Amino acid sequence: MNNLELKKRANDVRKGIVTAVHSAKAGHPGGSLSAADMYTFLYFEEMNIDPADPKKADRDRFVLSKGHTAPGLYSTLANRGYFSVEDLKTLRKLGSYLQGHPCMQHIPGVDMSSGSLGQGISTAVGMALGAKLDNKDFRVYTLLGDGEIQEGQVWEAAMFAGHRQLDNLVVIVDNNGLQIDGAIDEVCSPYPIDKKFEAFNFHVINIDAHDFDAIRAALNEAKATKGMPTCIVMHSTKGKGVSFMEGKAGWHGKAPNDEEYAIAMADLAKIDEELAKEEA
Amino acid sequence: MADVKKIATRESYGNALKELGAEFPDLVVLDADLAEATKTGVFKKAFPERHIDCGIAECNMVGIAAGLATVGKIPFVSSFAMFAAGRAFEQVRNSVGYPHLNVKIGATHAGITVGEDGASHQCNEDLALMRTIPGMVVMCPSDDIEAKAAVRAAIEHEGPVYIRFGRAAVPVFNDTPDFKFEIGKGRVVREGKDVTIVATGICVDSAIGAAEKLAADGIDAEVINICTIKPLDEELILASAKKTGKVVTVEEHSVIGGLGSAVCDCLAEKLPTPVKKIGMYDVFGESGSAAALVEKYGLDAAGVYKSVKEWM
Repeated sequence: MNNLELKKRANDVRKGIVTAVHSAKAGHPGGSLSAADMYTFLYFEEMNIDPADPKKADRDRFVLSKGHTAPGLYSTLANRGYFSVEDLKTLRKLGSYLQGHPCMQHIPGVDMSSGSLGQGISTAVGMALGAKLDNKDFRVYTLLGDGEIQEGQVWEAAMFAGHRQLDNLVVIVDNNGLQIDGAIDEVCSPYPIDKKFEAFNFHVINIDAHDFDAIRAALNEAKATKGMPTCIVMHSTKGKGVSFMEGKAGWHGKAPNDEEYAIAMADLAKIDEELAKEEA
Repeated sequence: MADVKKIATRESYGNALKELGAEFPDLVVLDADLAEATKTGVFKKAFPERHIDCGIAECNMVGIAAGLATVGKIPFVSSFAMFAAGRAFEQVRNSVGYPHLNVKIGATHAGITVGEDGASHQCNEDLALMRTIPGMVVMCPSDDIEAKAAVRAAIEHEGPVYIRFGRAAVPVFNDTPDFKFEIGKGRVVREGKDVTIVATGICVDSAIGAAEKLAADGIDAEVINICTIKPLDEELILASAKKTGKVVTVEEHSVIGGLGSAVCDCLAEKLPTPVKKIGMYDVFGESGSAAALVEKYGLDAAGVYKSVKEWM
């Protein structure tokens, strides 16, 4: 899939995120939007998966360690064909299978339940270890928030993954710089993120989270890296694509009202227009 | 009584894993730098590639086990009860319990019989914690025979299981030809008509000893061994309570939330019956030998006898 196609898909994913959160009147748009390009690349290009067979043996796995950005994962899965895009409007509603945080038992395509920060990465490490024990070649991807890495368990998992040389594991940190209480370097700075993962025996790559060439190159580099896990620190804009949400900590866990929803969808429609022009 | 065989149930745990390793190729064992103490070392020796030492990081260990379970492994997480159920409680709840993954937790060094290490390591809360997790099977075997049977049953059961093992050597008394083990089934180990003593773990032996002393006083006690705290064998307990009209519970655990509470939950709803709970009464333990502690806190046969006698 070329970059233009990927951009179009990513914009559809963003529309789904905004629509789901607006409909739920709750949820986490900021960190869903910042990672939308990565979600898109993973599910439309990178991973060995089959939406018609979500439990396919030896498929690649994805664990959303920052589980609160479930709208991003759900919108990607819906747009990829795991379930209906229309169902995104049932997010967080009583009786819906689209729980507030990922639930592997009820949501097609979700490989692990998550949401309590710091826990997802350990389960991803367990999956990668399982592949190694059985000499299987599937790969495991996990996405963490930059605030999430304040959790000590992340570093227990990183130490183990580095020690076990799990080169089938890719840890992606969404470095949008913001958490609920403000800027991460004001709340309790996790910087330097890259140096920390290097010290835990990871191969570390810094990229622009909204550049598909960079995402593609980093994931290829991860595959080529042997004897150590890879950490991709992706520098992103929280709320990316929606003008009034970009770079605002306040949009971490808040839903747009009707008026804001209209503006957000207009912003994304404008991106569609620009992409159409680019295509022509 | 000179030649009663004594084995610590943590030994039984390690031995059972080793014995079952060949039969269940997906069985893997995880430790957090305590393989020497949890007695999984024998498994490690037999199946080195299937033993995973996670270092001193119990929360991560539980998460790794969850991940392994999603790719078809049957992981046994081994650590002291304090760390497996206590420190990693939320990981057990959210990474194992909520997705109902096939992870088994082998928690050794439970209760006050940890002994000399003292209160920081004597977990009297694990049964209470684990009981609250939906779908979690909670077992507390009473001797070597039952502990090994519980490990096999846990492997054959699909879903999360918590098994509590002890540090101290305890008498083997289930080596009878009619011994059968099933998750969720208790066993009447002594029939009686005056009072029902429901016990779990190492306290089953104390309850049997107490029943013998009570018999000398003309009190005919029925003793029920409850290995599976959850799901509880309510049918067995209700039938016995109906017969005797008085129930005593005995456990090496806090009286808050463990076997005593489980029995009360059942009786209060289905057959209100007077209950005397014997266990740790909202206190921390302390350093001392296992035998001295069991005596001090009234969990040996003499202590159980005294409590029952006074209560009746």
